[in-house]
Amino acid sequence: MNKIAIEDLNLQYADGTESLNGINLEVPANAITVLFGPAGGGKSSLLRCINRLNDLAEVKKMTGRILLDGGNILDQKTDVIALRRKVGMVFARPVVLPMSIRQNLTYGLELAGEKHKSRLDEAVERSLKQAALWEEVHDRLDEAAIALSGGQQQRLCLARVLALRPEVILLDEPTSGLDPISTGKVEASLQELKKNYTVILVPHSVQQAARTADHAAFFLQGKLVEYAPGTEIFTNPQDQRTEDYVTGRFG
Amino acid sequence: MKKSLTWQEYVITRLIKVSGYSAIVFVALIFFFLLREGLPTLGEVSLGDLFSIRWYPIEDYFGILPLLTGSLIVTVGAGLIAVPFGIGTAIYIAEIAPRWARNILKPLVELLGGLPSVVLGFLGILVLSPILRQWLDLPTGLTAFTGSLLLGGIAIPTVVSIAEDALDAVPKAYRDAALALGATHWQTIWRVTLPAARSGVLTAVMLGVGRAIGETMTVMMVTGNAPVMALTPGSLFSPVRTMTATIAAEMGEVANGSVHYHVLFFIGMVLFLISLGVNVAASTVVFRQKKRAERILS
Repeated sequence: MNKIAIEDLNLQYADGTESLNGINLEVPANAITVLFGPAGGGKSSLLRCINRLNDLAEVKKMTGRILLDGGNILDQKTDVIALRRKVGMVFARPVVLPMSIRQNLTYGLELAGEKHKSRLDEAVERSLKQAALWEEVHDRLDEAAIALSGGQQQRLCLARVLALRPEVILLDEPTSGLDPISTGKVEASLQELKKNYTVILVPHSVQQAARTADHAAFFLQGKLVEYAPGTEIFTNPQDQRTEDYVTGRFG
Repeated sequence: MKKSLTWQEYVITRLIKVSGYSAIVFVALIFFFLLREGLPTLGEVSLGDLFSIRWYPIEDYFGILPLLTGSLIVTVGAGLIAVPFGIGTAIYIAEIAPRWARNILKPLVELLGGLPSVVLGFLGILVLSPILRQWLDLPTGLTAFTGSLLLGGIAIPTVVSIAEDALDAVPKAYRDAALALGATHWQTIWRVTLPAARSGVLTAVMLGVGRAIGETMTVMMVTGNAPVMALTPGSLFSPVRTMTATIAAEMGEVANGSVHYHVLFFIGMVLFLISLGVNVAASTVVFRQKKRAERILS
């Protein structure tokens, strides 16, 4: 079943840099969809369209539709705040908010109007366990989050998104600054999470793309070159450019 | 070739070093001079007289309390005006204004900071105080409140400029992260951007208040210069006299080396101590946070 359908999406920034050209993409629910390709291909831009974070950028032109459960989220009438609660995002550099570990997790919920302490505590524990961080921090939840290591911070950011119980999780190179062990932990939790969530991942390497993808889309210079199940695109790519990239001939 | 380069290197480093040290030396010299001229006061006027409520130097009444309270009430009033307006403006410029408005506003505010205070005092006497006298139905428009309004206006550009720099330095990623969690624009500013820029904003407030305490010309022109105790909120609407205005007004006519002369320098010492206190308070707050951040990063 498709969770998100992107129809003929075009995007051009005011300074004429990165852009998207006629993107058509269907993202299935309960799977990891990987967007990969060389830098500047439009992967991050596409992610930022899906939770409307691109509203902040200076966009010159944007056409097309992005359907989430059949509703066009690019519509002017979309409640952007509610959308962002439904479509969570983890960034390349972990950004812990200047608060304690616990507050980092409850912040989004409090914004959403949740006041019951028991439910907040429950969300803290659940999200930390889902992000494979509970064991490491459960006895120091009230310490400053910035004191955590880079890998822990990134998992905290993931947990912070999960605390909101989103439907879709967007991850923009979530492990680019992490060591292999932390990367392994994050990837393992993603495999666990996809059972309940729709996951869209921009990996930081082709190897990670191949490891994690249920479906993979290859982006090159703002165009979607090829979209196929992960088992096919990395072993038997149809497009010459995809083959060149996954075999390491460029990029 | 190589040799001449090292020679130039030597001269330049020495020059930079000398100018660096000279700044310290000058501050030390000023402080020394202030102490030399001010400290004799303690031998000439008893502490009880010094901290009494009557300032009338011609008849040897040297009570500096009215001047202290005068400075205090004007500065507090100015702070109450400058801090909310200054931080509000900084938030608007840094977070809300579209780019073209920001490009106009930021230099404009900084230009405002360069306005000579005597010009503001002039405006205060001719425009502001008659209006206040009419609106508030006061016997005179030259009051502590008038001074506070103008001083607030003087401190606002300082606060805005530094607070805006601090807000601007908050990484964009913080805002993205908060917005992606479903925070509104305002919640992002209040709960994330402003706390992240806290130390810079605090520095801005301290420097703004420091500017207000030390300001002389404007307050001398618009506060009415009556050395009376200002203890109640009501005295905000009566004339007061600040420490700075007293020094500026009386230093020209005092006999060199007289008691009055020493007392004026003593007032200067008190001012120096106050602004030192404000600066130390500001830097300990900033320093403590830096240390904490450093500890966390290491």
